[in-house]
Amino acid sequence: MVGIIGYGVYIPRYRIKTEEIARVWGEPGEKLAKGLGVFEKSVPGPDEDVATISVEAARNAVKYARIDPKDIGAIYVGSESHPYAVKPTGTIVAEAIECTSEMTCADFEFACKAGTAAIQTCMGLVSSDMIKIGLAIGSDTAQGRPGDALEYSAAAGGVAILVGKGKPVATIETTVSFTTDTPDFWRREGEDFPSHGARFTGEPAYFRHVGAAANLLFRKTGTTVDDWDYFVFHMPNGKFPLAMGRQLKVPNEKLEDSLVVRQIGNTYSGSAMMGLARILDIAEPGSKIFMVSYGSGAGSDAFAITVEDEITKHRGEVPTVDDYIARKTYVEYATYAKYRRKIKALG
Amino acid sequence: MGNRVAIIGVGMSKFGELWEKNLREITLEAGMMAIFDSQISGKDIDAICVGNMSAGRFTGQEHLGALAADVGGLGNLPAYSVEAACASGGAAVRQAYMSIKSGEHDAMLVFGCEKMSDVNQTEAMNTISVASDWEWEGLFGATFPALFGMMARRHMMEYGTTEEQLSLVTVKNHANAAHNPFAQFQRPVPLKVVMGSGLLADPIRILHSSPVTDGAAALVMCNEDVAKKYSDTPIYIDASTQGSDTLALHDRESITEMKAVKISARQALEKAKLSINDIDVFELHDSFTISEIMLTEDVGIVEKGQGGKAVEEGLTELGGKFPVNPSGGLKARGHPVGATGVAQVVEIALQLRGECEKRQVDGAEKGMAVNTGGTGATSIVHILGRD
Amino acid sequence: MAEKGVAGVWRKIRAIYNIQGNQCKTCGNYYFPPRLVCPTCRRKGQLEIHKFKGLGKIYSFAIVRQAPDHFKRQMPYVIAQVELDEGPRLTAQIVNVDVDKVEIGMRVRACFRKISEQGHEGIIVYGYKFEPTMEVTGHD
Repeated sequence: MVGIIGYGVYIPRYRIKTEEIARVWGEPGEKLAKGLGVFEKSVPGPDEDVATISVEAARNAVKYARIDPKDIGAIYVGSESHPYAVKPTGTIVAEAIECTSEMTCADFEFACKAGTAAIQTCMGLVSSDMIKIGLAIGSDTAQGRPGDALEYSAAAGGVAILVGKGKPVATIETTVSFTTDTPDFWRREGEDFPSHGARFTGEPAYFRHVGAAANLLFRKTGTTVDDWDYFVFHMPNGKFPLAMGRQLKVPNEKLEDSLVVRQIGNTYSGSAMMGLARILDIAEPGSKIFMVSYGSGAGSDAFAITVEDEITKHRGEVPTVDDYIARKTYVEYATYAKYRRKIKALG
Repeated sequence: MGNRVAIIGVGMSKFGELWEKNLREITLEAGMMAIFDSQISGKDIDAICVGNMSAGRFTGQEHLGALAADVGGLGNLPAYSVEAACASGGAAVRQAYMSIKSGEHDAMLVFGCEKMSDVNQTEAMNTISVASDWEWEGLFGATFPALFGMMARRHMMEYGTTEEQLSLVTVKNHANAAHNPFAQFQRPVPLKVVMGSGLLADPIRILHSSPVTDGAAALVMCNEDVAKKYSDTPIYIDASTQGSDTLALHDRESITEMKAVKISARQALEKAKLSINDIDVFELHDSFTISEIMLTEDVGIVEKGQGGKAVEEGLTELGGKFPVNPSGGLKARGHPVGATGVAQVVEIALQLRGECEKRQVDGAEKGMAVNTGGTGATSIVHILGRD
Repeated sequence: MAEKGVAGVWRKIRAIYNIQGNQCKTCGNYYFPPRLVCPTCRRKGQLEIHKFKGLGKIYSFAIVRQAPDHFKRQMPYVIAQVELDEGPRLTAQIVNVDVDKVEIGMRVRACFRKISEQGHEGIIVYGYKFEPTMEVTGHD
């Protein structure tokens, strides 16, 4: 059966508090943070981008899985902030983790769900025996237009998942998707910052797609909420996944553990995957994980995952999500603006 | 004897930010002064050698040998330039020394020159960085002050050298330069100002660093026969030696010494049949003040680790037992990279001729000039003497 | 002519992505940056590719406060000589650290970062920098 044979994460060291951003725009910080459910977000260093974050996560995944990187047959990097418009991030990752040249590679883009699309692609290639191991990465250094609501949540981080057969640490039982043409969030070619439909991003976009994919997965697996130990929903903020949980009647305690958005913000392509990684860090063997990603534009990928005994043999190989969350240094808005190229004169 | 190499004329342009003059003008200025000083006839000069590090990047002009012959109206003489980063000037002196010593040439005009102020700061820093290992140091963000900062920090750790000692070198060299009309900074600077100056690359401060300078220096060098024809007081080159080390600082066993200097200084003393105590005056390559401290040790003035103390105790000041950089050194005379090695020899020659007035080392008979390139990958040592 | 030294970066990708240097099979010495000739054995030397573990300690360092324009966004930054566990030293930036917390002897590990960008339109050069090891399992 196809499964996760290893995973690794990376979160940059810098954080900015929601209150600090709010201070600059004269908004009530404390209230805003509580309302959004985002108290601080990760900020990449001036020398970090999707390639460097992806490499760090991928190196962790390879170390965790204890595989020979030469066995990787495909690399797909999902992101909406690839450093190059043309020239793949994936080849940089491949060289940096010392893969063979006899493999396939491409970059994916589907707003916040490009990483889970990469997982599905790898699942197909592995189960059809076209490749032995596939590497799926969801990674972003998301940008929010200064002063826009998105600035409070757009964060940086990445998750690398190795998909293979053999002895997975978690089996992916099945996956389903729900996709429509819904322009709730976009960035035109050549634009520095994305635009969005404000409240249109809610009901017709996030909730419709995540809800539909979740129901498809319940139906396909013949299960109800009670059959699952953990739920992971894409986290554009801390509010949406909780509201989704309420709609689907998921008890809070089954959702809480995945809500990394509160401390690091929305890592976009790495968002739902980061929640999954947090659960894989702590879940007992036998646990059932229900994950639904969401990408604007729009679509959701839902996964049914079972944690295997094998997982206990790999823990401790690499830093956990919590280790990276705990390693933090706060920056004020001016430094954040310097690091994130919001100071135009600096180029 | 018979085939000794002499210096019969010295010249310099003013050192500093020479906004109104270009590379040709300052080079010509220094050359004319050296020729007038020697009183040699132009037709007795049979070759030209120019020391320059990077005129191509600083000014866009290369082929400086031909340029020097051309601007001086010296027509069809053989002329060429040599490059050894910050030791390019010393390399030109040594090139002429060897050419004359071998008998191939009888009298040569030697230049060192650099015009640095015509490029922006980034370009100046990048140009200087190629004197270190650009591919493995500069590219990664190791600026020149950073490389010397690493040496200084290590020297402080290994030998207890202090920030105050790093600063006292500046105080001493500025005090000396106050009496040098060609120096870039002809004014003393108090210790407090040095220690409070901005940080370039901790622990290196702006006033621990040599400046960006335009300038040229020139020598007329010749064999003994020509020397006797034109001069009653020729200065002789008693020894000219050179050594190399790894291009990158990280490849050296120790970064608190310059092995190339140690070796070439010892060889020079042997060749000149002198001991360090016989040397009356020194010009040591103080691109950063930590360099002067290290070189004070490496040439043998004091034991390894005692360089900081040497300046603190006044051993290396004017009137001390081993006066170092009476000219003001690179720190205060200025450091037009390719000109420095020649300017050091100019200073030693003037000292031995007794023409240095307020910065004169009394009765100086022997002097040593140490010119280094990069972080010490090249060392060129000259010992000069008078009869 | 290759634009702005693209080939020059490409030629050394393995060395700067993964700290790939060499070892002389004659004398056993490790070399990084990679050498073209073993300086100890010269013609008798036999250099073979060696991938370094990327672990070491700080030998010396400086805090850079004046740098070329393309480093401005990072200033002040730490440049250090890192002594690798295998022996050789290399020059690299230290990141993920407060500049006033850096010390000689500090334990560091290699990480993957942007080294420079050849302007807005040019390529991005990636490679090694070093960071302090986290006091958690799996970070050394």
